[in-house]
Amino acid sequence: MSHYSKRLLKNRIWLGLSVAAAAFGLAWLVLILAVLFAKGLAGLSLSVFTEMTPPPGSDGGLLNAIVGSLIMTVLAVIFGTPVGILAGTYMAEYGRYDRLTAYVRFINDILLSAPSIIIGLFIYEIMVVPMGHFSGLAGAVALAVIVLPVVVRTTEDMLLLVPGKLREAATALGAPRWFMISRVAYRAARAGVITGILLAIARISGETAPLLFTALNNQFWSTNLNAPMPSLPAVIFQFALSPYADWQRLAWTGALIITFTVLTLSVLARVLTAKRSHE
Amino acid sequence: MNSIAIQVAPAEPASVPAEGANVPDKLSIHDLSFYYGDTRALHDVTLSFAARRVTALIGPSGCGKSTLLRVLNRIYELYPNQRAEGQVLLDGVSILRAEQDLHLLRAKIGMVFQKPTPFPMSIYENIAFGVRLYERVSRAHMDQIVEWALTKAALWGEVKDRLHASALGLSGGQQQRLCIARTIAVKPEVILLDEPTAALDPISTAKVEDLIDELKQDFTIVIVTHNMQQAARAADITAFFYLGNMIEAGPTNMMFTNPKDRRTLDYITGRFG
Repeated sequence: MSHYSKRLLKNRIWLGLSVAAAAFGLAWLVLILAVLFAKGLAGLSLSVFTEMTPPPGSDGGLLNAIVGSLIMTVLAVIFGTPVGILAGTYMAEYGRYDRLTAYVRFINDILLSAPSIIIGLFIYEIMVVPMGHFSGLAGAVALAVIVLPVVVRTTEDMLLLVPGKLREAATALGAPRWFMISRVAYRAARAGVITGILLAIARISGETAPLLFTALNNQFWSTNLNAPMPSLPAVIFQFALSPYADWQRLAWTGALIITFTVLTLSVLARVLTAKRSHE
Repeated sequence: MNSIAIQVAPAEPASVPAEGANVPDKLSIHDLSFYYGDTRALHDVTLSFAARRVTALIGPSGCGKSTLLRVLNRIYELYPNQRAEGQVLLDGVSILRAEQDLHLLRAKIGMVFQKPTPFPMSIYENIAFGVRLYERVSRAHMDQIVEWALTKAALWGEVKDRLHASALGLSGGQQQRLCIARTIAVKPEVILLDEPTAALDPISTAKVEDLIDELKQDFTIVIVTHNMQQAARAADITAFFYLGNMIEAGPTNMMFTNPKDRRTLDYITGRFG
């Protein structure tokens, strides 16, 4: 066998192995999606979006859980995003060369990978215990703590990608720093920062652990932030583990809704990022 | 008879006085040193820039010519550990003193960079950006300023139908002329050009050089260039830098035909650099 054909054979073997590994990994994802669609679609109907979570044995939907999830997600983004963007702005613009920035970045990375159950426990200690009861507000704050490091990181990364010459150009015209940042740097980094926020929403929309300690759950319609609030992940957790077939079916449907939401957000983030690179 | 008088009269101010002797200095530098951390990039440079003349700074890479330019509008202060020592006078007033208002300084001394730096906004907004920093103007007045600046930068004809399109869609040469327009829209007194044609094709380069020639009637221009033909074509006065020292400066034709220093001769004849 010549040296060349040996090399060709080696190439085929490696190619075969990598394709097999990729297919193996992908197969699980496809399986999960397939089961999710098969089980979830069966229970999908208009009543899912119009009726409350039912007691076992009767018909119902997921309206209260969907609305609870929406409320807490929106609040978490409202709480977490401004702080995250400002912190990322400090790190990339004002304090780029400061030692403080290096510390903040390190701590932020830890927070980024912190198990969410710990965040839930933390909010439980500082909010639920003093208040004496679970609440939607505590749930939103727990989710905000998860949003925060994602937004900090993407804001900093995206601002660091803005060419230094663009900052110099704005400064050379006499623009004060805040003006340069808000009119030039933000504009150049906008798509990336929005992508980061979308990914943060995708991340929290499936979080269960931090909500179990904070918002708990609620079988009924509730928009009261000072009371336990239902959420899709918590309902899925409760219903999927129950012995009742109709509850289990609703849990699958809820899982399908979350997956679809996350998928849509991810695609949207992709589209935005792609647009950015065209500019 | 009349026509002769008309032709002669405007020709006079445009022609450059032989030595630039009676032209007042707009900017003058005395014993300027510059440090990047512990590295000294400029050594006691003393040099003057004549008003409404083009002065070219030439020299091999790393000789300090861009560094000098970055001192003149104090843009280096964006970065930590960079400092300048010595004196820089604009119309006789020191600009390196701590109480100098940087925004006003940069309104008087504009800068154009090597790579075009259009802001991610429309052509119109790019020009309006700088103007809005200093004055509140009506929409109609802003329209006038934008047209004036773009005309002055020889770009108006090419972009007048798409003023509100993104500036990022312009060609490299057009972007660079937009950056020049943006700079002059603020009505500075001095324009610093840091290798403004290094990233451009020959045709765009020619346009920018014509523009420089045009602009020197109103502005004092300092241009850093790697291209000696460009210095010879565009500059009235040329200064040669080497290893952080200003070796010699003089009228461009003298510098290129009869330099006093051996190193200048070696550089302009291509023996190093």
